[in-house]
Amino acid sequence: MSDGLDLSEKGEVRASGRGGGSAPAAAGRMKDLLTRKEIHLSERIIEALLVFAGISSIAIIFLIFVFLFKEAVLFFKTVNPLHLIGRWTYDAWDEKEVFKVMWQAVSNEPKYSLIPLICGSFLVSFPATVIASVLGIGSAVYLSEIASPKVRETLKPALELLGGIPSVVIGFFMLAVAASFIQDLFGTKFRLNAFIGALGVAICTFPIIVTLAEDALRAVPKDLREASYALGATQWQTIIGVTVPTAISGISAAVILGFGRALGETMIVVMATGNAALVTGNIFSSVRTMTANIAAELGSVAQGSEHYYALFLVGAVLFTMTFILNMIAEIILNKMRRGLRM
Amino acid sequence: MTHAISIPVPDLAVGHFNWKEAVCVGATRFFAFLPLCILVFVMSKIVQRGAGTVTWEFLTQIPAEGMTAGGIFPCIFGTIAITLLMILMALPLGIGAAVYLVEYAGQGLGFRIIRAAVNNLAGVPSIIFGLFGVGFFILFVGRNLDHVLQSGLLFGQPCMLWAAATLAVLVLPVIIVSTEEALNAVPQSHRAASLALGATQWQTIWNVIIPQAKGGILTGAILAISRGAGETAPILFTGCAYFLPRLPVVKLFGVLPVVNPLDQFMELSYHIFIMATQSINAEATEAIQYGTTLVLIGLTFLLNLTAILFRIHFRKKLGQVSLQ
Repeated sequence: MSDGLDLSEKGEVRASGRGGGSAPAAAGRMKDLLTRKEIHLSERIIEALLVFAGISSIAIIFLIFVFLFKEAVLFFKTVNPLHLIGRWTYDAWDEKEVFKVMWQAVSNEPKYSLIPLICGSFLVSFPATVIASVLGIGSAVYLSEIASPKVRETLKPALELLGGIPSVVIGFFMLAVAASFIQDLFGTKFRLNAFIGALGVAICTFPIIVTLAEDALRAVPKDLREASYALGATQWQTIIGVTVPTAISGISAAVILGFGRALGETMIVVMATGNAALVTGNIFSSVRTMTANIAAELGSVAQGSEHYYALFLVGAVLFTMTFILNMIAEIILNKMRRGLRM
Repeated sequence: MTHAISIPVPDLAVGHFNWKEAVCVGATRFFAFLPLCILVFVMSKIVQRGAGTVTWEFLTQIPAEGMTAGGIFPCIFGTIAITLLMILMALPLGIGAAVYLVEYAGQGLGFRIIRAAVNNLAGVPSIIFGLFGVGFFILFVGRNLDHVLQSGLLFGQPCMLWAAATLAVLVLPVIIVSTEEALNAVPQSHRAASLALGATQWQTIWNVIIPQAKGGILTGAILAISRGAGETAPILFTGCAYFLPRLPVVKLFGVLPVVNPLDQFMELSYHIFIMATQSINAEATEAIQYGTTLVLIGLTFLLNLTAILFRIHFRKKLGQVSLQ
């Protein structure tokens, strides 16, 4: 405290020296006000710089929008939008035209159907979110309602360390260690499949969901719990009947954000899901997600080609999805914060 | 708390409810300890298989015999160089943004929009940053720089500079959020005291608030470095190389070696990815894969641990200050 006072006193002396030249610190009130006005110029410049830094996040989001969609719309210059669903192609086997719903960008008749990619993305991210939510909400309840402060202080950093593991490491772990183990366990046809990817993605969305759900639970006022206990409810009855329902909007925001993260996860799925662009509902089949598709193909396309624009289009679709999910979560959280303040 | 509460519950119900209570509470406890188990399991597997590979030679030599032998020194060098370059770009911008949000923006609509943008940026998929890096930094900024400077094709191609810039955009929210937290932890009374003594707002920020928030800002910077070192997707197309026979170093004035940000580079996480998925002889490189993973996970683990310990330390210190 005394430190702060000293420093600001020094600051004051320096400021009047800089602004008013010879004006002594003990000058009259009017003179001080005048020097203050001159100081305001440098303050203004600094503030302008800070405003620039402050709006940089908005600017970046805006630029991402512009530069994704700028390339993505060029796709429609050469390709019929219907091809995003499927394409009538002559099939040599059946000797007739077949409506093919597939992503096959390198071919005589390139097929750019987004259906298998979206299907793959959901087949990975949906189970991942379910797994991570069940485990995440459970452990958030434990951390916020049941654990002693000491246990909590050990588990929170562990959670953070888990969240800090690079996704490429989890991907490698799933690919090299977990995949064979799961294949033996379930006897699946493909060693690398959507389920393996979902497990990996669940590991990295888990810490996000726990952190956010725990924040929501801890924001529930203590009075509510105490009122419930006073009525004779047990700890678990209080959790299920009072705490969780009160925090439900925050918890749902946590799940939505987790889902957004799972949709956008790249390295784990590119390494562990097998990357076959199939339209399937089978969780043990190989799939290719939107993210994996971009990661696998962008390195080998010519800039300005149809395929290149198609990949930006996939990116634009993915970005729009996660943007909407993030916005929904943001709105829910804002509402919750306002509700709690009242 | 549990005991104090279960006493007033009528005796009849106790036996029945305690059973259910125990199962449910036990389940949440199990869920909560699961991350610890996963963490330990993943780490131990990688340590167990990678420890034999990580020798001094492995850390200091370049890959040999078509990537199936030798070390990973260029990857370590590249990772350190790119994360330092990244933090140089991201830190001023992130701290500036946080200072603006906490000290200037108030609580109005502008504040809420910026907050929403920061949160949204934190949720943008990492591969989208990769596309953004290609579309914006390399093709737009880079090519236009080349055009203006008449430098042929110098900036308009994948290189460390653009990869670092892409990562800087990605870690920006990490820095903003931690710095914000640190600034908010400085007691309001310190601001009031400084302003009451006649200091301007910037003088207050620079001399009173930032010195107290330094610890939190440092924590954020370390977390950002750790995050940046582990990301792969944003640098896939913005400057990473599978193999380079040289380090991305240029001799300044012919003598002083400095990192060349306009060169491509090798990087740890990319090395793991490429070795695990695209190497021609996956079995021959398995030891290298585990070794590289161990180095990367060790690096990020240590960074994160440092950040956590720092935070605990500074929170304690700040708690004492506000008590006085």
